[in-house]
Amino acid sequence: MTREKTKKGRGSIVITAERCKGCAFCVEFCPTEALKLSEQYNKKGYHPPVLISEEKCNGCNVCGLMCPDFAIYGFVHGKKAS
Amino acid sequence: MAEELFDVEAAPPGNTVEEFLRMERMPHIWCPGCGIGTTVNCFAHALETSGLDLSRVAVVSGIGCTGRVAGYINLDSFHATHGRAIPFATGLKLANPELKVVVYSGDGDLTAIGGNHFIHACRRNLDLTVILINNFIYGMTGGQVAPTTPQTATASTTPFGNFEQPFNLPYLAESSGAVYVARWTAYHVRHVTKAIKEAIAKKGFSFVEILAPCPTLFSRRNKLGDGLDQMMYFRDHSEIRNDADTKSIGIDFQGKIILGKFVDKERPTYLDAMNEYYRNKLGDRYVPYNG
Amino acid sequence: MNNKKSTADPRGVLTGAHFIDGDHACCEGAIAAGCRFVAGYPITPSTEVVERIAERFPFVGGVFIQMEDEIASSIAIQGAVWGGKKSMTVTSGPGFSLMMEHIGYAAMTETPCVFVDVQRAGPSTGLPTQPGQGDMMQARWGSHGDYGIIALSPNSPQECFDLTIKAFNLAEIYRVPVLFMMDECVGHMTERVMIPPADTIEIVERHYYDGPRDEFELYRPGPNLVPPMVKAGDGYNIHVTGLTHDEHGYPNMTVATQEKLIPRLVNKIRYNVADILDYEEDGVEGADVVVVSYGITSRTAVPAIEQARREGVKVGHLRLIVCWPFPEQRIAELSAKVRGFVVPEINLGQMVLEVERGTSGRSAVRSVPHSGGSVHNPRDIYQAIIGMKG
Repeated sequence: MTREKTKKGRGSIVITAERCKGCAFCVEFCPTEALKLSEQYNKKGYHPPVLISEEKCNGCNVCGLMCPDFAIYGFVHGKKAS
Repeated sequence: MAEELFDVEAAPPGNTVEEFLRMERMPHIWCPGCGIGTTVNCFAHALETSGLDLSRVAVVSGIGCTGRVAGYINLDSFHATHGRAIPFATGLKLANPELKVVVYSGDGDLTAIGGNHFIHACRRNLDLTVILINNFIYGMTGGQVAPTTPQTATASTTPFGNFEQPFNLPYLAESSGAVYVARWTAYHVRHVTKAIKEAIAKKGFSFVEILAPCPTLFSRRNKLGDGLDQMMYFRDHSEIRNDADTKSIGIDFQGKIILGKFVDKERPTYLDAMNEYYRNKLGDRYVPYNG
Repeated sequence: MNNKKSTADPRGVLTGAHFIDGDHACCEGAIAAGCRFVAGYPITPSTEVVERIAERFPFVGGVFIQMEDEIASSIAIQGAVWGGKKSMTVTSGPGFSLMMEHIGYAAMTETPCVFVDVQRAGPSTGLPTQPGQGDMMQARWGSHGDYGIIALSPNSPQECFDLTIKAFNLAEIYRVPVLFMMDECVGHMTERVMIPPADTIEIVERHYYDGPRDEFELYRPGPNLVPPMVKAGDGYNIHVTGLTHDEHGYPNMTVATQEKLIPRLVNKIRYNVADILDYEEDGVEGADVVVVSYGITSRTAVPAIEQARREGVKVGHLRLIVCWPFPEQRIAELSAKVRGFVVPEINLGQMVLEVERGTSGRSAVRSVPHSGGSVHNPRDIYQAIIGMKG
């Protein structure tokens, strides 16, 4: 496994775009406002979220807890998602 | 100040909630912006950190949108008849007291058709956890009025607005004898997770009411926007008051919401009371029951 | 049958001679059968069953809970089955009607359990303390939709003991709810009941799956159309639902799944009918008239039959012990040989419809109805026999 040191936030997110139904809970309630709805569509016609900037994500996983469709979760680098 | 640099994994960790879901049945049937899935995340996280043997946790749901939770949770799960999750859970728990039995159902299912069973289970202090998702409406069947629908709200069977007074569920639960009573909303995910964890660990009848959006029916019919708007209403109009008297915390239409853990007390569970009573009354002839 | 057999737990069996009524005998039969969970609601004339259960269970390690209504009782017993217990509920007509949804749920989810209906005169509140046999068709068809069911008709307190054990055994073999159709007379009549030694009482154990874990499907039938079971806590992460479901148990709401599942629920009983049927015949071979009866009426028919025989009428008596499935094949056979059937019942004609159906018009069928509230005057049955002999 390659490791890089990079200028990123404390954590990051994983998005399963095809599951997203565009409710925007994650975007609205992300404590660091790290997300926005993308311009792209998924197959069902929804705009999934994307990270605005990697530095902003602190891996708190509020998005993961909020997401009603299990389409996004956050994790702290070097740790399990919690 | 130097910028902090972090290790970045080549492959991120998986979403642990997926271990608790029947992933082969995804996507689920809930609408965009529905709050039920949010509460399922909280439930999964509560279980994850509970230290429980998951093979001994069973979920019982009734009929309705929330009733579908049982079908998506990867534990022994039972989708009972409408309103009867609690008596099914009663039999399941009494047959095998080692099981942790969680009832996960909706406001209509548990307090309309299921109302009688709800109050008796509170009274008996059966060792069950009841997670009630309150979206103020009958979702699955198209948006009919529920015993929790606030006054003046429109529903398909109250097209001119509801004139009935709704239940105040924490008050109902407390006055019927529940030993743990809490109310949160789907917005308050960390509180919900903590409450579910406490409720499951608690011996006796533990009741957690979680308000959730129903964008397709409750919000749309009442012109309240979508699920996100309802979540923002939960965020902006709720106040946490753990010491509130449950008598006073009914919810008016788009009114103030009082949240908190209102009751957390001790009382012998049904089985403990039964065993203790019979032991005292019948002496050595009594065969203690533990499953 | 894939089930293991064993004998009764002696700690629950009151071996010896007793002078008790049918309700009490039913309780003893359930305990002997291994029932250790009962949920019930009081209703005349069945209440004595659960009253005795309440007295006995603390000493045999059982749980009795008087639920808040029959609807709760009829599904609490099913939760208990999935928790690993043999369980039963007890009621009469009005409660039986309330339980219909859950009888259907038990059939659909293939949950083995016993429902006792101590029938009283109906409909509605009717005559609570007086006999009826008016729930017989309801026993077969009471819940909505198509499903197979087994129902038994004891005619004495002794049979209330013996056949309750049989009811539990049948439930386990076929993974089906079994209805125990007593009547107020049999329930409240006090007679000698012999309870044999526990090691002579044959018990059928629940057929729990014992194959490779990852191949288990909760609703994959065996060769006799019956799937094996597991229980909650065994680590299989089962899903049980009343929705139309596939072999895994997941809801699958399509015509194809419906066509696969529902006929099997009906055929589970139909294809196994030869092993399930149970009836008693007396003098049926060579008879001109056959009386078809069940429950208490099978006893009030006896003096009528004997009188007719004294007068030279060749009368046979066919007593239903298992009333559903109905022995239509036997009726069809007999209908080619007899002048006719006489069917007395404490209702306005229910099982007689099955007899008529069985004869396909080949022989006459005469109902001897009774609106309910007492047993027949044997004279009425006698008149019907004489009228039939030609």
